[in-house]
Amino acid sequence: MSDLLLSPEHRYAKIIEQTRNEDGSELSILNLGPTHPATHGIFQNILLMDGERILDAEPTVGYIHRAFEKIAENRPFYQINVLTDRMNYCSSPINNMAWWMTVEKLLNIEVPKRAQYLRVIVMELARITDHLICNSILGVDTGAYTGFLYVFQFREKVYEIYEEICGARLTTNMGRIGGFEREWSDEAFKKLNTFLEEFPVAWKEFENLFERNRIFIDRTVNVGPISAEKAMQYGLTGPNLRAAGIDYDVRKAAPYSSYDDFEFDIPVGKSGDTYDRFCVRNAEVWESLSIIKQALAKLPEGPIHADVPDYYLPPKEDVYTNMESLIYHFKIVMGEVPVPVDEIYHAVEGGNGELGFYLISDGSRTPYRLKFRRPCYIYYQAYTEMIKGGMLSDAIVILSSLNVIAGELDA
Amino acid sequence: MDSAFIIEKSVVIVTVFAITMIMAMYSTWAERKVAAFLQDRVGPNRAGWGGLLQPLADGMKLFAKEEFEPNTPNKFLFFVGPAIAMSTALMTSAVIPWGDQLEIFGRTVELQATDVDVALLYIFGVVSVGVYGIMIGGWASNNKFSLMGAVRAASQMVSYEVAMGLSMIALLMMTGTLSLKEISEQQAGMNWNVFYQPVGFLIFLICAFAETNRTPFDLAECESELIGGYHTEYSSMKMGFYLFAEYANMFISSAILAILYFGGYNYPGMQWMIDNVGVNTANLLGIGVLFIKICFFIFFYMWVRWTIPRFRYDQLMNLGWKILIPLSIVNIVITGICILAFK
Repeated sequence: MSDLLLSPEHRYAKIIEQTRNEDGSELSILNLGPTHPATHGIFQNILLMDGERILDAEPTVGYIHRAFEKIAENRPFYQINVLTDRMNYCSSPINNMAWWMTVEKLLNIEVPKRAQYLRVIVMELARITDHLICNSILGVDTGAYTGFLYVFQFREKVYEIYEEICGARLTTNMGRIGGFEREWSDEAFKKLNTFLEEFPVAWKEFENLFERNRIFIDRTVNVGPISAEKAMQYGLTGPNLRAAGIDYDVRKAAPYSSYDDFEFDIPVGKSGDTYDRFCVRNAEVWESLSIIKQALAKLPEGPIHADVPDYYLPPKEDVYTNMESLIYHFKIVMGEVPVPVDEIYHAVEGGNGELGFYLISDGSRTPYRLKFRRPCYIYYQAYTEMIKGGMLSDAIVILSSLNVIAGELDA
Repeated sequence: MDSAFIIEKSVVIVTVFAITMIMAMYSTWAERKVAAFLQDRVGPNRAGWGGLLQPLADGMKLFAKEEFEPNTPNKFLFFVGPAIAMSTALMTSAVIPWGDQLEIFGRTVELQATDVDVALLYIFGVVSVGVYGIMIGGWASNNKFSLMGAVRAASQMVSYEVAMGLSMIALLMMTGTLSLKEISEQQAGMNWNVFYQPVGFLIFLICAFAETNRTPFDLAECESELIGGYHTEYSSMKMGFYLFAEYANMFISSAILAILYFGGYNYPGMQWMIDNVGVNTANLLGIGVLFIKICFFIFFYMWVRWTIPRFRYDQLMNLGWKILIPLSIVNIVITGICILAFK
């Protein structure tokens, strides 16, 4: 069998050859991916197995690499937003907002408070959907399907809110440089309030279904643990780092978009195993809900975008009647906006970790270089080490608990 | 042997066969409806009223599908696997007493294909053959995921059969017979065995889950790890046979659970019904009661499947060998002491 999969020169083929027993039994190779129901995307792991136990793993990435960083070098700043949607598509508004904030940092634009608060609301909604999917898919991968569908309908409710805000659902392309494209409708706030009422009930039930379930605990406790030290060395961030016991959260460490106006805790775990990652995400959903409630309560009146005619599209009726607006409109759409020469890094707390944009601008209409710091890509390095010595079932559970999303991993 | 006897038995056999098939078919429908109910969904509702024709549509679809054969060195075994799984699933229904007797045209008709003295041993024998269906199918698929599923299924079924057998021994010490008919009769009134053998019942229930490969013991086909497990490479009606066999097994094991521990076709007041209303009515009601009990267990199977996660391979083995088997041995000892003390 192994000759079908690997060339004889492959190091696994050599290991298999060397360790073959006298009775003919040998180690085997299992090709987990590129298309496997548990990878939730396309990445390959060649596993060297002793029966059900994994001895070594060799990950392959790049199956859906779309060269976003290179494409970004040829696009005006406002067009790069649609690329960020397609990275972590479980929480695309966070990516969108992170990109706008990066550009605003480059252009030194101060965003009005109302827009900042609305951004916080939509980012926390996105975090809820991201954690909701991650945790419920962990349930699916351990064999409990019901929790997934039970909370998944609330992702639908969040998507309806997105729809009210920007018209799109999955790849939202939400916002503009300087704020939002339009004021949120009353319907959006109404749907948001309904969500805030109904979701906690379901989420409580979901937690109860899993957190004290003996089989689930057995399946996840001490599965794929990573020490705080190791987690730091690998550059883990987000819930995966916090599960290991380090309270690093970009929202606290380097507050953006008025996050310092709100009170919230950073849930941390102890052992960094799958169960802790699950619990940290569960707890973060509650914190997100509390942030949304605080933001709604404190939401100030005012404009929803900064007064930056150079970068913010004028209303359409002005474009038809007003010469300045027409000129701004033309220049913005063509991407011919003034951009300073600068080199900046802006990071936000994404759905699954620190999402950073490293942007070098040479003053031209496109970035000179744009680097996405994609948390998944960094987690995936640790994956091999985490699954070594575990069973095949563990490898699958660990993969989903790391919240590795193929679109973000390969970008 | 007169011709009337042959006709009578043929009718019973065909009926039992048909009922098993229909119950298995509609278990697939029920599974989807129960899953939908538990997950806040509607479930199948397009084919027929409430999706009642869905099993037929599914069957038609499976027949019409292309039959894909993997590049396997052993095509014959690839065919034999699903056939064994299906036939063993249907064979067990032969010894199940569906009810007491009916008086039809002056004849006493036993509502059982055959009343074997060693019915329980027969069931155990047939069920153990069932694992060959999965093993052969998984092995002949020439696919590593299938092979892993087959190995998991084989080791799981072998280990849980031990615990199941031991939990049965305690019951047999009480009943003193292997005939399902006699066991049913002994439980007349509310003398259900579950009251005397609660631990044995629990062990048997858990093992029944393992034997039928249902969650939390569905490691052989767990879709999130092994894609489809032993039937990954199967398509068309061959896969349909495997799935169908699973539901038939579920039906049969529910029936056995109901008969061994929940009084079978007995219900409170049955004797009064026989004396005052008539044998036929009382016994027909008994059939209905048995089916209600069976349906409850089928629902229980589904309820569990859609609620809890599945075990990991090593945890499954630990549960089987380190918990269930010692527990069932202790149960045998305690049962023995009780029999000595009270009888």
